[in-house]
Amino acid sequence: MARQEKPVDVVLVGLGWTNSIMGMEMTEAGLDVLALEQGKDRDTVPDFAYPKMADELTYGVRLKLMLPPAKSTVTVRHNIHETAVPYRQLASFLPGEGVGGAGTHWNGHSWRPMPEELRLKSYVEERFGGDIIPKDMTIQDFGVSYEELEPHFTFFDKVMGVSGQAGNIKGQIQEGGNPFEGPRSEGYPLPPLKRTYNDDLFTKTAKAHGLHPFPLPAANASEAYTNPYGMQLGPCNFCGFCERYGCVNYSKASPQTCVLGALKQRKNFAYRTGCEVLKVELDSDGKKAIGVTYVDSKGEKVFQPANMVILGAFAYHNVRLLLLSGIGQPYDPVSNTGVVGRNYAYQMTGGTTMFFKDKEFNPFIGTGGNSTTLDDFAINQIDFRKEGFIGGSYFSAAMTNGQPIRNMPLPSGSPSWGAGWKKAVKENYGHSMGIHTHGSNMAYRDCYLSLDPNYTDNHGLPLLRMTFNWKDNDIRMTQFMKGKIEMLAKSMNPDSFKSSYKDFGTNYDVRHYQTTHNVGGSAMGTDPKTSVVNRYLQSWDVHNVFVVGASVFPQNLQYNPTMLVGGLTYWAAKAIREQYLPNPGPLVQA
Amino acid sequence: MDDIKDDSRRRFVKGALWTISATALGPGVIISAKAQTEVTDLKSYKPVFFNDSEWRFVMAACDRLIPADATGPGALEVNVPVFIDRQMKGDFGLAKDWYMKPPFLKAVPQLGYQSPLNPAQTYQKGIAATDKYCQGQFGKVFAELSADQQDQLLTHLQKDDIKFDDVSAAQFFAFLLQNTKEGYFCDPIHGGNKDMAAWKMIGFPGARASYLEWVEQHNVPYPLGPVSINGERG
Ligand SMILES: Cc1cc2nc3c(=O)[nH]c(=O)nc-3n(C[C@H](O)[C@H](O)[C@H](O)COP(=O)(O)OP(=O)(O)OC[C@H]3O[C@@H](n4cnc5c(N)ncnc54)[C@H](O)[C@@H]3O)c2cc1C
Ligand code: SF4
Repeated sequence: MARQEKPVDVVLVGLGWTNSIMGMEMTEAGLDVLALEQGKDRDTVPDFAYPKMADELTYGVRLKLMLPPAKSTVTVRHNIHETAVPYRQLASFLPGEGVGGAGTHWNGHSWRPMPEELRLKSYVEERFGGDIIPKDMTIQDFGVSYEELEPHFTFFDKVMGVSGQAGNIKGQIQEGGNPFEGPRSEGYPLPPLKRTYNDDLFTKTAKAHGLHPFPLPAANASEAYTNPYGMQLGPCNFCGFCERYGCVNYSKASPQTCVLGALKQRKNFAYRTGCEVLKVELDSDGKKAIGVTYVDSKGEKVFQPANMVILGAFAYHNVRLLLLSGIGQPYDPVSNTGVVGRNYAYQMTGGTTMFFKDKEFNPFIGTGGNSTTLDDFAINQIDFRKEGFIGGSYFSAAMTNGQPIRNMPLPSGSPSWGAGWKKAVKENYGHSMGIHTHGSNMAYRDCYLSLDPNYTDNHGLPLLRMTFNWKDNDIRMTQFMKGKIEMLAKSMNPDSFKSSYKDFGTNYDVRHYQTTHNVGGSAMGTDPKTSVVNRYLQSWDVHNVFVVGASVFPQNLQYNPTMLVGGLTYWAAKAIREQYLPNPGPLVQA
Repeated sequence: MDDIKDDSRRRFVKGALWTISATALGPGVIISAKAQTEVTDLKSYKPVFFNDSEWRFVMAACDRLIPADATGPGALEVNVPVFIDRQMKGDFGLAKDWYMKPPFLKAVPQLGYQSPLNPAQTYQKGIAATDKYCQGQFGKVFAELSADQQDQLLTHLQKDDIKFDDVSAAQFFAFLLQNTKEGYFCDPIHGGNKDMAAWKMIGFPGARASYLEWVEQHNVPYPLGPVSINGERG
């Protein structure tokens, strides 16, 4: 029998960005809130203190801030006919663990989605005609508009202290910002970060081609800053140990630097670490959650009663918890029925590296969001009918995390070891810069998440199974970007350059880092036949369960997800506070 | 252009003399008696994981993967074998963080690591198999071959041209190469990169982690040498 804990109003599963925000919002509404986090407690001091963070091997390579697969992982296969095998060693994506989640070791790229991306299916149909959507591509509208989310993006910008240059304030195009972005109600809270050498070179080249370069919106503070919760950030010192590391300097926006310090002071908030939630428990007719069961750090099973459950366990963990709890009908790609697990998507990236003998970049001087970007090939800029694909990418010339074990680009043909390798290393370290594409990934009928029939975790519960491969539409998109980037790269006159983009027939490869922007599986929407949660992120089936995080995206953006993840969390919190609490029940009638 | 470059370089060097202590090291570093880390002498080092014949293999292989020459230090000069030996006893060697539950099915390489062996076992089996192969081909173990023969053999392992019974040659080589490069460029607290010599070769300042005042110095080599986590100065 599981030990039983004292009931609470709200239990939060996971304590990353999403549930830190939910913690603030729900405690503000006067509720008793408890967060359960499977990992360790973590804060700037002592966990991220200098100098121990400046250790590439431990954090950058051995990934000591991430969720070890030994504890929990997924299985992967390329198509529905294969047997999936475990993702045994982290590489392709790096799920976070511990208080703060992946928000402690992210980079801080803070993009809003484009208005068109939130209503992608409608946009494509209206603008180009629905016949260009390939058979089995299952793109959808989010069911919430950019205009509805805008105030929440603006607030999240302020919580994180985003450094950037606005491109569109209330419809007025601003010099030096992104002219293609949706209208913002105000500019960024902080000015852009200082510019590195690669920024300047890329800006000149892009402008010469008539393109519109601008500084990447970065959640790395360019100046001292105090956020609306009273949390203080110090100016980023370009330490170079940003992605995969906690910030030594209170400069990178993270749940701990921006939210948790304030949240922990509230008497109606508590959190327990080392507590892995196994299941959301439902009442006898399965219509209402009564709490969650978790295993504590001593291995004891505990039942935690709660009036409301909010899943903020990161994209695919949310989906697994829904499946393990029997909430919503599991998706079956063959019969095309069910929803939980449907519309899993990833991200399409590529890049070109240029080598310059006579240029000195000092790549160790960098911050997570240190980059000059352009959005001229974004979703709302491309003629999908003419180009033969649906999607878009932003381009980024980033100089970041230039540590030598992982970041040693060498010209094509360089040996991988021996005297020739060492010579190439000596001649090229610090003499290259890259331009990368970071792009959308559409959803397809046969790319989905389900429970694995063969592999289990330490509790004997099935692992989540990922069925995923690249599709021609997305390959055509990245090949289009390749053409544009190589044109820019050549005009920068490097001594040599090399490219890496996925080509037709390339299978998804788990061995190389791409992004941790795994999305979908519990899509939001307006139709319960094609979505798991409604437009307020409330489960269609169990009204006191809400799901926050990128698992609610019905396909992937061309951008990094966190701004949308946070904006949606504030949007859902508002609906809970204003509509659900006074009148608990489904917020949208199915 | 050149003028500006030279001028700023001079400014840097001058500045370096007096700014080096506080800003360059960042907050929290204590320069004390500990500043000098214990530097292990490779010749007298007693391996904690490898046995004698394995150790001879690791020393010989590392020496070929990153040989010593005028370009910069070799793997042996910076104690890469010490690093690898320690890694084998730690979480990495034991695959402590990896999902290592059966069944271990064959899958396309794109689906990632699917061997039941952890890295430490892969080394042990890989070294034994390679030495056995060398005995059969040349009547000598790997460590006794000429440099050219060793290079050829390593190339065969890398390309998976040789098939061993109980371990993948290519996987064994992949760990060996990965760990050799890690030991070459890691912070000295892990046993490799002795005297931060590999960092000095490429101009990486190590654990300084504080560069605000250098960001806008474009196309100028960073003038300060490396520091390590233990406060060692290069
Ligand atoms: C290396 C890296 C770089 C990134 N860079 C960027 C970037 O530059 N820009 C951007 O927009 N995004 C970036 N991301 C993505 C970003 O970090 C995520 O979008 C964001 O952190 C998600 O927040 P979350 O709260 O949904 O989930 P998480 O931060 O993953 O938090 C979920 C928490 O839930 C816990 N948990 C999971 N399962 C359970 C369970 N069963 N019981 C209890 N607890 C559980 C986990 O341990 C974790 O702490 C990056 C991610 C990574 C890994
Ligand atoms: S680069 Fe800046 S934001 Fe990133 S970890 Fe270093 S100081 Fe923090």
